[in-house]
Amino acid sequence: MGRYLIRRLLTAIPTLIAISFVIFAILDLAPSDPTGNLPLTIPPEVKEQIRESLGLGQPFHIRYIKWMQQFFVTEPLNILEETTGITIGDSTSRFRLRSWQTRGPVIDLIIERLPQTLWVVGLAYLVSVVIAIPLGVISAVKQYSWIDQTATIFSMIGFSVPTFFTGLLAIIIFSVHLGWFPSFYDTTHQVTDWPSFIFQVKQIILPVSVLALFQTATLNRFTRSSVLDNLPQDYVRTVRAKGFREYYVIMVHVLRNSLIPVVTLVALGIPTIFGGAIITEQIFRINGLGALLIIAIQGSDIPVVQSLTFIFAILIVLFNLIADVIYGFLDPRIHYD
Amino acid sequence: MTAQSEAIALPVATRKQRTLWGDVWIQFRKHKLAMFGLAVITLIVVGVLAGPLIYTKDPEYIDFTVANQPPSLQHPFGTDNLGRDGLARNLFGGRISIAVGIVAMLISMFVGSLIGAVSGYYSKLDGPLMRFTDMMLALPLLPLLLVIILLFRDTLRAMFGPETGIFLLIVFVIGILNWMPTARVVRGSVLSIKEKEFVEAAISIGTNENTVLLKHVFPNVLSPIIVAATLSIANAIITESALSFLGLGFPSDVPTWGRLLYDGKDFMTFTPWVVIFPGLFISFTVLGINFMGDGLRDALDPKLRE
Repeated sequence: MGRYLIRRLLTAIPTLIAISFVIFAILDLAPSDPTGNLPLTIPPEVKEQIRESLGLGQPFHIRYIKWMQQFFVTEPLNILEETTGITIGDSTSRFRLRSWQTRGPVIDLIIERLPQTLWVVGLAYLVSVVIAIPLGVISAVKQYSWIDQTATIFSMIGFSVPTFFTGLLAIIIFSVHLGWFPSFYDTTHQVTDWPSFIFQVKQIILPVSVLALFQTATLNRFTRSSVLDNLPQDYVRTVRAKGFREYYVIMVHVLRNSLIPVVTLVALGIPTIFGGAIITEQIFRINGLGALLIIAIQGSDIPVVQSLTFIFAILIVLFNLIADVIYGFLDPRIHYD
Repeated sequence: MTAQSEAIALPVATRKQRTLWGDVWIQFRKHKLAMFGLAVITLIVVGVLAGPLIYTKDPEYIDFTVANQPPSLQHPFGTDNLGRDGLARNLFGGRISIAVGIVAMLISMFVGSLIGAVSGYYSKLDGPLMRFTDMMLALPLLPLLLVIILLFRDTLRAMFGPETGIFLLIVFVIGILNWMPTARVVRGSVLSIKEKEFVEAAISIGTNENTVLLKHVFPNVLSPIIVAATLSIANAIITESALSFLGLGFPSDVPTWGRLLYDGKDFMTFTPWVVIFPGLFISFTVLGINFMGDGLRDALDPKLRE
């Protein structure tokens, strides 16, 4: 296991380097000019100076290496310094990764936006896991019952109706017509007392349910088919033959085996939900990471776009790794050597 | 031995001749939801293709005197804030959305089957190609799509004109970022099929490797490709709508379903029909395609047949 883990970690490094190169190259070779949006009255020499000051004068490979250095050395050092309070080396003259729009360090922007995204995305994911897994198990155990049929139809709807439509529908129905919930998410809202807590719950319900509906659909189908795969197996018959109650057979024996692939799917799904959150954040006007990405893309703020895209990529690689490790840990039939 | 017994059995079996696709169709018809999906898709496709020929209102005609009207006999899907006819725009938009889905599917299927087949068949190329696929799978798709479209939009518009340019860009980018699951499925099937006796037989009589791959192996991996292709149309339609919804897809004079949602979302509080109809179109198309994919998966799998 240890050796396998090390090997997987080592193969993740070239993958990440290749991805970082792709992301950097796409953004860098693109025929778009960060000074293109500046007023035309700025003379060309000044524009050239602005380009120089943004670090665009150097050749491609130098800029790539500098970016990598900033991303992997400078910024982690800065985070370390800020969290622990120790000064490492010459921290003030370090060339930080700065946003072209705000001139502030990219990491600060990301840290500022992260809690909102994590709240909505994390909660939605939690809700969908809590609903989908029991529902999937019931659907499988009572196959073709009305619960199963209803769950199937709901899953198909959740799976097919895109979040940008469910989100808009939810707003039309629940905030415009019924007036139950606010139509957008107020990130500046502070929870101080009971009424403000109620408001927080109210405003988070719509975005969370929209995201959760989609996720529940996928997870529910997956759990159902995984349990269905396990039910006809010999070990289940053995347990039944021993005279155990059906509840015990399902909850202890079937569930543990069928949840192995589900757990890995849950791990694999975490990074993809950040992608889905981009749309949900846009619908409910949550100023999280997705909204930051959209603003940065529209303003050709290349450092922010590069960093965010790369962070998403790191999350995908990381959770792939976690999923593999969990799988090996949970399933004793799998031997890594 | 088996060949002999078959030769004897053949004249006895005087049933009506059955083809592979005939069998698939018989199986497919038994799947109720798949038939429902097929009906929905046929209705939508015929509707968007023939609809504008019968319903001849101009989707771009602006008439402020009828702005923001709810659905009526005159305007079955209502009108938007500029008085443009909702049904005409939805039908016209459907043509583009479905075209995007199909062309993007063709691109991703071509790349996916090529890479999958090559890496499954030629073991030397397997390692590098699969590493490449893994890397592509680790790319964050939606952010990357947004970035690529934003950065290359103006260049392609200048080259091919505003509509064709953006169509080519969107279709190409969606296709080129979605072939990875197909490649994996195809590789898996090729790996198992190339060990089968009939492939061995073909090689033993001196068939050249490329011919074996194309004539013997490839037709047998067609069914996973067909299923993947169906589902990837739905995926491409959703992706295009998502891009348009984020304001980075088609320009507003090209009313795809996603673009209609994007344009309508600011008015949805008092004219909800401008978002409900395109949303329903997207949802029903995707739902229908997903049901069909499910049915095809079952119908194409000989193991599931009775």
